[in-house]
Amino acid sequence: MFKRIMVPVDLMHAEKLEKALLCAADLAAHYGATAVYVGVTASLPSKIAHTPAEYAEKLAAFAASQATERGIATEARAYTSHDPAVDLDPTLLKAVTETGADLVVMASHIPNVADHFWPSNGGSIASRADVSVMLVR
Amino acid sequence: MSDTNADQGIPAPEGSADIIDTDYEIGQDNIDGSLGPFGFDIHNPVFAISGIAIVAFVFYALALPEQAGSVFTWLFNTVTKTFDWFFLGAANIFVLFCLLLIVTPAGSVRLGGAEASPDYTYIGWFAMLFAAGMGIGLMFFGVLEPVYHMAISEPLGVPSPFNEAGELIPENVDAAKTMGLAATIFHWGLHPWAIYAVVALALALFSYNKGLPLTIRSAFYPILGERVWGWWGHVIDILAVFATLFGLATSLGFGAQQANAGLNHVFGLPIGPTMQVIIITCITGIALVSVLRGLDGGVKVLSEINMAIAAVLLLFVLFAGPTMVILSDFVTGLGAYLVDVVPLSNPVGRDDTGFVQGWTSFYWAWWISWSPFVGMFIARVSRGRTVREFVICVLIIPSLVCVLWMAVFGGVAIDQVVSDPANSAVKAQVIDSYNPPLSLFAMLEGLPLSSITSVIAIVLVIVFFVTSSDSGSLVIDTITAGGKVDAPVPQRVFWCVFEGAVAIVLLLSAGGLQSLQSMVISTGLPFTCVLLVMCFAIWRGLQAERRA
Repeated sequence: MFKRIMVPVDLMHAEKLEKALLCAADLAAHYGATAVYVGVTASLPSKIAHTPAEYAEKLAAFAASQATERGIATEARAYTSHDPAVDLDPTLLKAVTETGADLVVMASHIPNVADHFWPSNGGSIASRADVSVMLVR
Repeated sequence: MSDTNADQGIPAPEGSADIIDTDYEIGQDNIDGSLGPFGFDIHNPVFAISGIAIVAFVFYALALPEQAGSVFTWLFNTVTKTFDWFFLGAANIFVLFCLLLIVTPAGSVRLGGAEASPDYTYIGWFAMLFAAGMGIGLMFFGVLEPVYHMAISEPLGVPSPFNEAGELIPENVDAAKTMGLAATIFHWGLHPWAIYAVVALALALFSYNKGLPLTIRSAFYPILGERVWGWWGHVIDILAVFATLFGLATSLGFGAQQANAGLNHVFGLPIGPTMQVIIITCITGIALVSVLRGLDGGVKVLSEINMAIAAVLLLFVLFAGPTMVILSDFVTGLGAYLVDVVPLSNPVGRDDTGFVQGWTSFYWAWWISWSPFVGMFIARVSRGRTVREFVICVLIIPSLVCVLWMAVFGGVAIDQVVSDPANSAVKAQVIDSYNPPLSLFAMLEGLPLSSITSVIAIVLVIVFFVTSSDSGSLVIDTITAGGKVDAPVPQRVFWCVFEGAVAIVLLLSAGGLQSLQSMVISTGLPFTCVLLVMCFAIWRGLQAERRA
């Protein structure tokens, strides 16, 4: 049913993504799909990488470790954004198209009052992407 | 969890950039969590100390207005008078340093590594650095300064074309007119942009090429080493937050006054604190929207709109005014600037102390205290340019635009003043009585369609403020988040609202703008030392980069 499953990942908080990662891996194994891990970084140095190129390498290493550990086919796509705090949603939506994903599996927090002002990234992708989106809370 | 990358520190970089090897991880001193439903990620202790100190300052200004007023006046006078030589000398060093970078091989280093490509087109880049860097000042001082220097401040002892009784002395006109323009260009030309270029280059180099966080302290790594992550660095960053916040609040104050004067002039709305509070609230509201839309969707779009409106107004004044006179003013003004820039920037043995201390010294301190903000903003949008390209674009092109702007606005105003002094509204608002916020509108009154152009001018003042306020919020947020550019958005909202609140409270207090200006000047003094050290750090950083 699904061929390419896009999984947005935040390498800085990878520990919080465990449920979503597991879920995406199970679905990928079940449908024989490729899990495409998408990360968004700023062009400025961050905690985990000095440069966008280094970030891309780390993401690729992450995808490779997922492949070994979960026994699925994986890919990595790193995107650079000028202002990731604000531009994350449009960048992820662009990634949905460019990766040719037919399903997005992403972690999201439990909605709270702040979501009325700042919708969660997951919520915003689910309402705007034209493919199926599975949010893991 | 298989991902252990996040905790492995940073591996050796790829490519030919000379990344500084440090154990410091960006955000390692940050506290993150959530306050009710809103997340935060802030640097400890930079966020808390700068926030608390600013609140304490505001309370002081409100609780003891008279004492605060006299302290601020004393501070302002002492710093501009005692340290005038220091500000002038330091600014000269910055200009020479930038010129040196253009001509030496160090200029070929590319920001972001040898293979980086620019993130923004020239137009978008230029619009942003200009809107953040000067914007409102051009509106506020474009008419005021050339006329004032021509008639009142007498730079380098060039006599005024008006005698004590306010009558024109025809033989003095040409020299005074040229000096009025040259002195103004001096304050808005190479020197301020060299100050911005130094800070911007330091930040861009140490973040993009050396992999350090985007905060002011990073530029001191070559000198302080690992100590830069401790209290030395905290102090530098806190100073930068002060300078930025007070600089912005001062601008909001200037802008509110000018917008208020304009609204009164055109629509007859009352002038007073209530109206100015409403204006600041509106500007902050628009800035909030821009901040929430981010760098590309908000700040860049507004900057481009701004440049377009400014260009329309400039062209209108150019063609509605005496075009040939203005063009000849542009050329003579530029020529006079090039001839007089050396005597004007001479830091010692000057007789024109009123001009040096009242204007130049204040301006240099002001630009310097603005430099962390503008410099950081320029750095953030400058990735992919070579150092030479960067310095030429930050130093030469904005200077030329300022020359053109001053020649057009100042040229028309001077022409109105000397050709028909009796009926000149500019003369009435600048020379006969001193009413700076109205000077621009007085000049526009002497041209056709003034009711329309005055409205455009008001809009432009407001949009320029919004672009300063939104980019300022981004910058303060980044510094107080320890160099993180992806901290939760509510933090930007906090700083944006905080800036507006500080401006309102201080505008309402007894000292008003004077208290803000003296804070700007006082933070400018220590920051001048910071900038001088930065030049040295840049030089060392560039040499290491060339060896990489």
